[in-house]
Amino acid sequence: MSARFKTGDRVIVRTDSPPGHVRTPTYLRGKRGVILRDFGPWANPEQLAYGKPGWPRKTNYWVQFAMDEVWSGNGAYAKGDTVVAEIYEQWLEPDTARGSES
Amino acid sequence: MSHDDHSHDHDHDHAHDHPHPHDSGPFQPDIKEPSEDWEFLEIALRELMIDKEIITAREIQDKIEEWDGKCPEIGARVVAKAWADPAFKARLLADGNAGVGDLGLEVPGLKLVVLENTPKVHHMVVCTLCSCYPRPILGLPPLWYKSREYRSRAVREPRSVLAEFGTELPDSVEVRVVDSTADCRFLVLPLRPEGTGSWNEEQLATLVTRDSMIGTSVAKAPIRIA
Repeated sequence: MSARFKTGDRVIVRTDSPPGHVRTPTYLRGKRGVILRDFGPWANPEQLAYGKPGWPRKTNYWVQFAMDEVWSGNGAYAKGDTVVAEIYEQWLEPDTARGSES
Repeated sequence: MSHDDHSHDHDHDHAHDHPHPHDSGPFQPDIKEPSEDWEFLEIALRELMIDKEIITAREIQDKIEEWDGKCPEIGARVVAKAWADPAFKARLLADGNAGVGDLGLEVPGLKLVVLENTPKVHHMVVCTLCSCYPRPILGLPPLWYKSREYRSRAVREPRSVLAEFGTELPDSVEVRVVDSTADCRFLVLPLRPEGTGSWNEEQLATLVTRDSMIGTSVAKAPIRIA
C-alpha cells in the first residue's frame, strides 16, 4: 500500500456528513492541517463498526491543526497552540491552495 | 418500621409534633436501578450467556477485577523508567507497545503512542468522540475524562481547562491537544521534575500522577526536606 501523504504535507479535511459510524470529529471538517505522522494501515473503522472486515485497509494519519484555523479566535488558547487528531485517509484531500511544504 | 407497632416504654411525650421527617427515604440515594434499554440488554445478554454456559459469572467477575486492578501506578513505572533509562526512553518513544513490552505490559490491538513533553511542547489528551484512553497502562479513565464538558472544552479552551487543573504554562509553550479519535492510545511522558538527578526509578515514580500522564497537569515537584 502506498501512502497518499507524507509528513509535512498540507491537507484539508473533507466536509461530508455521511450517516453512520465515522471517526472524524465534526469540528475538524473543512479545516486545513499538516500531516505530522503516518500511523500506517488499519482495518477501516467505518466498516468494522458494522461487522464488516474493514478491507481495504486505510492509512491513519496524525494531522495537526492550528487552534486559530479551527476556532478563529473563539477559544482559550495561545497563538502557537495546536490540536492533533487521527484522521483516516478517505477524509483527507491535498490542500492545493497552499501547496506542499516538502 | 412503622411507629404504630413500637412498644418501647420511654417517658417522653411522643406526640409527633417534632420537626424531623420520618419518611424522607435513604440518607443517600442508592446506585441507580437499571432504566435504559442498553442496561436491560446487557443484563439479558449476560444472563443468557451464563444460562447457556458460554461464560460463567465467575469469569465475568474475574474480568472486572482484572480491569479494576489496572491503575496509574503502572503508567508511573513506565514514566519513571523512561526518565531514568535513556535507551528505554528511546525505544518507548519509537514504539510504545514494544517499549512497555520490556516491562511485561501489553496494549493489545491498539497502537500505544508515547508523547514526550518538552520545555516547548505540552501534550494534553482528550477523546472528543467517546472515551479512548490507554486503559492497560492507566486503568479506567476518571469520570471527568468521559464528561461532555471535558471533551468539548479541552479542544477549544485548553488553557482554561489546564488552569482549572492548576496547570499554568507560559504562552511560549505550545499546548498540543491530542484528540484520540481512532486506533492509537496516547500516554504522555511528562517532563522530569528538576532536583531529581540522584533519584532512582522507585522514587521518581512517586512524582508521576495520573493527570500528568493525561497531560492535564505536570509531574509533582519533589518535596525538599530541610
